[in-house]
Amino acid sequence: MANITFIEANGQSTTLNLADGWSLMQGATANGVDGIVGECGGSCACATCHCYVDDLLAGVLPAPSQGELDMLENVVAERRPNSRLACQIKAGPALEGGVVHLPECQE
Amino acid sequence: MNGEADTAGIVIVGAGQAGVMTAEALRTGGFEGPITLLGDEPHGPYHRPPLSKAWMAGEIEAAQLVMRAPEMLARKNITLRTGVNVKAIDRSAQTVILGDGSALPYTGLVLATGSTPRALPLPGGDAPGVLALRTRDDASAIADRLAACIAQQRPVVVIGGGFIGLEVAATARKKGLAVTVLEAAPRLLGRVLAPVLSDWYAELHRGHGVQLLLGAQVAAIETDADGAVSGVKLADGSVVPAGLVVVGIGVSANDQLAQAAGLACERGIVVDACCRTSDPLIVAAGDCTARRLADGNLLRLESVQNATEQGKSAAAALLGQERPFTATPWFWSDQYDKKLQMAGLSMGADGWAVRGDMAAGAFTVYHFKGEQLIAADSVNASKDHLLVRKLLDAGVSPTREQAGDVAFDLASLLVK
Repeated sequence: MANITFIEANGQSTTLNLADGWSLMQGATANGVDGIVGECGGSCACATCHCYVDDLLAGVLPAPSQGELDMLENVVAERRPNSRLACQIKAGPALEGGVVHLPECQE
Repeated sequence: MNGEADTAGIVIVGAGQAGVMTAEALRTGGFEGPITLLGDEPHGPYHRPPLSKAWMAGEIEAAQLVMRAPEMLARKNITLRTGVNVKAIDRSAQTVILGDGSALPYTGLVLATGSTPRALPLPGGDAPGVLALRTRDDASAIADRLAACIAQQRPVVVIGGGFIGLEVAATARKKGLAVTVLEAAPRLLGRVLAPVLSDWYAELHRGHGVQLLLGAQVAAIETDADGAVSGVKLADGSVVPAGLVVVGIGVSANDQLAQAAGLACERGIVVDACCRTSDPLIVAAGDCTARRLADGNLLRLESVQNATEQGKSAAAALLGQERPFTATPWFWSDQYDKKLQMAGLSMGADGWAVRGDMAAGAFTVYHFKGEQLIAADSVNASKDHLLVRKLLDAGVSPTREQAGDVAFDLASLLVK
């Protein structure tokens, strides 16, 4: 379980309590957070769940897979060092209190 | 628009990927009138891609399939009605007739009715335990049967070596079940993949313990004393035992409503690149469509990308804008730890080049027609795939030598 805060480009902030194993994409779309599209349903195939993770998350998350790194090359908004795909980030206790910022556009 | 028309708004038949994308694109495009999204399933919009994989394997729960939360749709003033059947379209009255006989008026109508798996036209083809996969409930039924097969140590047979069948086969193997795939053609995925890749996928599945029978002619479904499936009888008289038969032999576009209403249909609702049908008030998007190409041919695509892009085009058309969907088609399929990503359409190719190492399982096959790159299929090579989409969208072609040469930077062909 982890409380994760999603901050949309317009400043709208939503904190969700996500069960272990849920991806941040699943949490966001199932709970009404705009700014995450997730066209492919979490298959790491569309790059429409782009997010920017905070230092806390960056410190505890496993490094992105080669597949995720490749797909990150296709994001529409600016790619930054802390860019990740929300479908590839799974909730767990270590993520407690993490914050992700969502870009202005996904597609 | 008059007052009544304003209340009527836009009606979307189908709450899958195409329907939801159309609804959201209408709002993004500035439409402020009512939008009603009608779904015939009991569930709200959900992601279909995980059904054959994580959902079937029991790795995720129902809430993780949700595409859009109800409150998200409500906030966008999109009215979702689930469990609603549409019986007919009355074009002269501009209404759709619902299952309960009521009429729902529209000022614009979106048909996003999807597709239906083809049934097995054979004796026993509808026996309990013979299942196809389209909906969440279909996938749940298959998952339940898989669990029973595990408990009773019974094997699984997949009829049809296409994407759905092979993804289900991979999931069943992951669960430790004995799996046989029956394919009528001499190779897997023959409709969509070049022979070199069909062979590679055959080896992938064999390597994971799947029994592949290519060129298999299915004669009948065998049943036990209770009438449930017990095996698949082949034309040579042999029987492959099965506690579950999954049928993945293609789909038919759901164009019956459109046909009955007199819209042009040819194995799908005929639309132009902007998703307009033969009625100016009606657009169509996703699996149910057949797109008329510039050369007059019809193109049917069954993919998330097609549903998403046509949804956006359909919304634009209803708002009086031209937004043709002509981008390079792309598609993906996850089997075991291999992600296939296809860009472009390889049919008609007369040559290819391979980049990467097929034996190591990370490579791209580039398809050429003459000197022109027309498509590429990447396995665990997303970077290649994304680059090919850009090359094809830009109409830029490498030579075969360049495509096959890992030392050549294909990105250098794109104008910066």
